[in-house]
Amino acid sequence: MNVPIKNVSRRSVLKGAGAATGLVLAAPMISNFVVAEATGSHNFSSSVYLSMDMDGTAHIYIHRVEMGQGSRTGLPQIIADELEADWDRLVFEPAYGDKKFGDQNTDGSTSIRKYYDIFRAAGASARMMLEQAAAHKWGIAVGDVEAKNHRIINKLTGASEDYSAFVAAAAKLEAPGADAVKLKSKAKRTYIGKPKQNIYMQDIITGNSQFGQDTMREGMLFAVAARPPSVGGTVTAFDKAAAMAVAGVVDVVELPALTLPAIFKPLGGVAVLATNTWAAIKGREALNAQFEGGPNGDYDTKAFEKTLWQNIDGKSTPHLKRGNCAAALEVADKTYGADYFVPHLNHAPMEPPAATAEWQGDTLKMWVCCQDPQSVQGAVAPFVGVKPEDIYVEATLLGGAFGRKSKPDFAVEAAILAKQAGRPVKMIWTREDDMHHGYFHTISAQRVEAGVKDGAVTAWKHKAAYPSISGTFNPAADGPSGFELSLGLTDLPFATPNLQVDTGAAKAHVRIGWMRSVANIHQAFAVGSFVDEIAQGEGKNTADLWMEMIGEDRMISPASDVVGHDPANPQGPGYANYGESLERHPIDTARLKAVLAKVVDISGYGKTMPKGRGMGISVHRSFVSFVACAVEVAVSDDGTFTIPRAWIVVDCGTYVNPDRVKAQMEGAVLFGISIAKYGEITASGGAIEQNNFDSYPVSRMSDSADVEVVIMENDAPPGGVGEPGVPPVAPAITNAIFQATGKRIRRLPIGNQLAI
Amino acid sequence: MKFKINGHAATYEGDGDMPLLWYVRDIAGMTGTKFGCGEGLCGACTVHVDGVAVRSCQTAMEDVEGRDVKTIEGLAKGDTLHALQDAWAEHNVPQCGYCQSGQIMQAASLLAENPNPSDEDIDIAMEGNICRCGTYQRIKAAIRDVAGNKGTGGAS
Repeated sequence: MNVPIKNVSRRSVLKGAGAATGLVLAAPMISNFVVAEATGSHNFSSSVYLSMDMDGTAHIYIHRVEMGQGSRTGLPQIIADELEADWDRLVFEPAYGDKKFGDQNTDGSTSIRKYYDIFRAAGASARMMLEQAAAHKWGIAVGDVEAKNHRIINKLTGASEDYSAFVAAAAKLEAPGADAVKLKSKAKRTYIGKPKQNIYMQDIITGNSQFGQDTMREGMLFAVAARPPSVGGTVTAFDKAAAMAVAGVVDVVELPALTLPAIFKPLGGVAVLATNTWAAIKGREALNAQFEGGPNGDYDTKAFEKTLWQNIDGKSTPHLKRGNCAAALEVADKTYGADYFVPHLNHAPMEPPAATAEWQGDTLKMWVCCQDPQSVQGAVAPFVGVKPEDIYVEATLLGGAFGRKSKPDFAVEAAILAKQAGRPVKMIWTREDDMHHGYFHTISAQRVEAGVKDGAVTAWKHKAAYPSISGTFNPAADGPSGFELSLGLTDLPFATPNLQVDTGAAKAHVRIGWMRSVANIHQAFAVGSFVDEIAQGEGKNTADLWMEMIGEDRMISPASDVVGHDPANPQGPGYANYGESLERHPIDTARLKAVLAKVVDISGYGKTMPKGRGMGISVHRSFVSFVACAVEVAVSDDGTFTIPRAWIVVDCGTYVNPDRVKAQMEGAVLFGISIAKYGEITASGGAIEQNNFDSYPVSRMSDSADVEVVIMENDAPPGGVGEPGVPPVAPAITNAIFQATGKRIRRLPIGNQLAI
Repeated sequence: MKFKINGHAATYEGDGDMPLLWYVRDIAGMTGTKFGCGEGLCGACTVHVDGVAVRSCQTAMEDVEGRDVKTIEGLAKGDTLHALQDAWAEHNVPQCGYCQSGQIMQAASLLAENPNPSDEDIDIAMEGNICRCGTYQRIKAAIRDVAGNKGTGGAS
């Protein structure tokens, strides 16, 4: 345990912490990880806080945002457990954007895994100080007192007093040093590892929860914008008078044209400001805005797919090399090969992006459904001439996000327009805006080859070509980055003696973003499908082949096989491991095999299925957690299919709120079903062709599976939960379809490929 | 035009083509009814008009003349939640929560019309309400619970 906690009660460090505040604890962040953030707005020297009022009310400052993943319930559970708190005496204080809270970028399935130790230490320190104050007051040894449910018990007499009796004295004590913090034993846990209801439940079911789209300010205008259809395009003409003639329209404002790289900058275009959203939408229609396409104005995904396959055929850049794949393939008894394609995808959260900005003199206040309020500060500041730290940003609840809302282009628009209008402005993205102007999941081509000799897979050769997320920050980027390959390719868990991962070139022509589980989506699809293809070809059970290929129990260190890896140069090529050390979060093949074995056990995978039914399976490690999935499909004669049941097993190490872990796994299955069945963003003439949920369908009730979730029990450090359920789902589905129909799906979405 | 919203008399003098959604959210300031698609494709904006679930983004203001509009804010009877709201909490249905107002209003309309729906009835009634977080399994369980557990909580 290395989390120094300081008592900072005597410093005025908390906005809104009134005179009644007694004990305030500051926990400096552990800065053993680095998040490269284009806006450069993070530092790692800041703090999370816990404070307690004189009446014993504990305030927990939750610095992460809530988008359905449950962090704002889970993080307080951690503090409350170590604090021995009465849950009903907690006040949850959602933190605004401020470096003093440390990294607030709610992304990468990090909230619990990065802050578990810090939040435990914060709670334990406060508990120990209260115990010490009580021992002193009673004149007994600190070992003779014990905190329990907001009271301190005198173990000698059995008498007890409420925390409120000791807050004043505790506030004068030094916090225990990092080495002195005593954490509770697992057996005494009160909240960690136990289900807890969402802290926003009452508000959600009564319609009182406040999302970014819901902000209302006195005198506020509602804005929508017509943006260039292609990234880097510009406005050539618009009819301001026609828009102004719409009842309720107050102003028409041209937004600054985008200069590449896109990063989180607004796309340009023309905004219509009105007294209600409907008037703004009608005004936008009347604008009849015209655009010039710019550098991406001829982007066509059909043509680009051909380019990707040419680049798969063409020059290879090596990234991972073990043994000699070419030689092994040469001498193999049998070889396999397959090409996989996954199109652009859109996050499409139920709440389209929205941000409200209000200038109070020279001070800017914002309410944004953002994943990172500090990133909003960093992105907005240069456009409005204020310092990032002078912008107050409140992260509202997020109506879903999946990575989209970590890119605050929409917040910059709101700030610019509010400045110009001299009134508060809510920038509203419509669903069409969300579809047309996303930070899309990439478009990928992958070719995989394998050799089998004497019944064993001896070679796995994998080549991937897709535009990198890096392209959004550096237009010169040309093909997958090492970071992206770390999401399921350079960490292939196979003992196979000959292993090779290469990439082909691919430039980005839309803003490529990270979407729930990122490159794992397409990489796990190819890997999970191809293992199944080999198994079918070899007449083996797919789960058995996975076990064989993973091999014996061991910890894998991928970096040693990464081309150009130099242990002395951590910035060079290597394996990212989701920002964690391999010592703390190893690639443990025993855990990978255990989730697979468990999913076979609960699903009965391998049993004979009736006609038209099939089961598929896959397993994947991502965000330092291990997940295996099995699905059952029922395919009709007309090629339509349903997924009656799915089974998903997660090993995320220590978990905090098992009900939310289960919910994330259930949701991941549905997110994976959307990807497998429907997801496809296409472009023609630089413009995205999908408009709304009719042309970009997502899973509905009839697509829903009866999902059974199992969480593995162990004491490993917490791993990610929000994302790692997604990657194995799509290949499990297409593998099930193969079993049911004999039809191999190598191209997503499945769409109508099963129709005869 | 004159109508009732959550039991209160209301008047509106503006553009009769404006969808009810924007009256409810921007003018009445009741943001529990959500904007998801604007095209009647997702169900996030579901409200009741004369007790029947409609998409408020597809319901023009001129069509609510003389009608009785109910939004999620008006579903509970005072402090007594609708049985579905209790069931939603019991099953920990919501993840992000954004679509859930619409889901609950849709389900309430279903149960008002058909107190004992089959699973197929539930599927059909709820098909228009998207939940991107994927809470369908729990939505279904919560509806089943209320259907088999009538008489608890408030009435529709």
